[in-house]
Amino acid sequence: MILELDRIDTFYGSSHVLQGVSLAVAEGEVVALLGRNGVGKTTTLRSVIGLTAPRAGSVRFQGQELRGLPPDAIARSGIAYVPDDHRIFPTLTAEENLDIARRLSPRRGAFGKAEVLELFPRLGDLLRHRGASLSGGERKMLAIGRALMAGPALLLLDEPSEGLAPLVVAHLTEVLERIRREGITILLADQNLRFCRRVCSRGYILEKGRVEHQGTMEAIWGDPAVVTKYLVV
Amino acid sequence: MSPAAGSRRGARALSWAAAAALVALPLLSGKFATYLGVRVALLAIFGTGYNLLLGRTGLLSFGHGGFYAAGAYALGLCSLHLTAHPLPGLALALAAGAAAALVVGFFCIRASEVYFSMLTLAFGMLIFAVVWNAREITGGDDGLVGVMRAPIALGPLRLDIAGERAFYLLAVALLAGSLWLAHRLRRSPFGLTLAGIRENPVRAEFAGVPVRRYRLAAFVISGAYAGLAGGLEVLLESNARPTMAHWTHSAEPILVSLLGGLHSLLGPAVGSLAFVALREVVQRFTENWMLAFGVVLLVIILGFRGGIVGAVEAGLRARRAGRAAP
Repeated sequence: MILELDRIDTFYGSSHVLQGVSLAVAEGEVVALLGRNGVGKTTTLRSVIGLTAPRAGSVRFQGQELRGLPPDAIARSGIAYVPDDHRIFPTLTAEENLDIARRLSPRRGAFGKAEVLELFPRLGDLLRHRGASLSGGERKMLAIGRALMAGPALLLLDEPSEGLAPLVVAHLTEVLERIRREGITILLADQNLRFCRRVCSRGYILEKGRVEHQGTMEAIWGDPAVVTKYLVV
Repeated sequence: MSPAAGSRRGARALSWAAAAALVALPLLSGKFATYLGVRVALLAIFGTGYNLLLGRTGLLSFGHGGFYAAGAYALGLCSLHLTAHPLPGLALALAAGAAAALVVGFFCIRASEVYFSMLTLAFGMLIFAVVWNAREITGGDDGLVGVMRAPIALGPLRLDIAGERAFYLLAVALLAGSLWLAHRLRRSPFGLTLAGIRENPVRAEFAGVPVRRYRLAAFVISGAYAGLAGGLEVLLESNARPTMAHWTHSAEPILVSLLGGLHSLLGPAVGSLAFVALREVVQRFTENWMLAFGVVLLVIILGFRGGIVGAVEAGLRARRAGRAAP
């Protein structure tokens, strides 16, 4: 397993958000975190990257314990995080946003600038545009491109399909498949079950900070009781 | 020739003309104007280094007067007790500013935003108190007096900087070097990373940036600039004073950066020129020159967020767009 979470407990102040969450992701897999709003999907990703460090439990990446490491050290160990608000640098150009990731990371992966631009051709026209002037979809492309430039072994994506038009979601599906083929493992949190079914092989369903169900995406998709109980709004 | 290439040539010609005017100033003007030119250059070095911290990294320090004073007293003590040769003194001033910034930064950089600013203010005033009270070493409220401006001797070369004109040229040369270094730093991966930290420190952190280490590096570099400027002031005025470490002096690089333009390399230098010129003109009419300066600063901040340089650039862009339109 490339990533193993073992009974992690994460808090926001006194609020006990993740309660003994355990999950495992094998190398080369694309795994979904599913669930309604506020069940702890984003917190799980933030716990892995160290932005909201768990108070108990274990987070192991490639056999190394991550709990207690600062986010920058976790990122340099080979995990890239794309948050739902993208968090690009607004006054830097798109090209500088990409370059900064490449320069900071000690790792070199399959994606350099040329490969990222091949993946997202639209970014090629926007290289000299400032981050603040990009649309939501363009920012998402830039954020994913930036993450890939850091040469990660594991990519954490928070709500990648949120707010995207169906055509763009279809393109994103192809992009994630291409990333997976390059050997990058993906753990994503998304509420779009149809999108997750196309992209992911397995899924974990969270409810009130706990993993309530897990299985292959086909099994989850084919179980109306589970879908109704945990995923339908 | 394309308009962009023409504009680049225009900017280059303007830069050469400005450089020629700076060099020619002592030949065309009196001693007092030359002295003011040196004051502008010193403040510009102080401000250029400081703006690597404020404009580039997004950190507001109220303690850089302390590093300025560290440089000033280092040069003063070196000159009075070790050697009057200015080069080791200036090197020591630079190192003292950087070392003081390293110690202060080590504690302050852990805090963020307003807590960082308040901690730097506290450390700056601590340095002021130490300088004021350590009379045996620093001369207390009298300061260190009697520092001579000895000639710079490099092998057979000997440069006498006792005169105002020669010292002015030395200050301008050091300002040029400081601007060149700041330019290289801003364009480097290090400078790009600092800009990333300014934009979004959390984002920078999970992109793999050791944010504290980068912030500390920017803090130390700006401290070195402050130390150099402080050392030069001792050579100019022949004395080092405790007021150099006072928080009101720490405010000067903030004011010139805001006035000239936070996000421009030349902003603090242009702001220094405006600051010194305004002070000299308004002081002839009233002692309350800070009142007039405050009004000017308000107008700049409310009306021209990019400072003087930003306003000029916006004007040139509008003019170019007007010409390009059919």
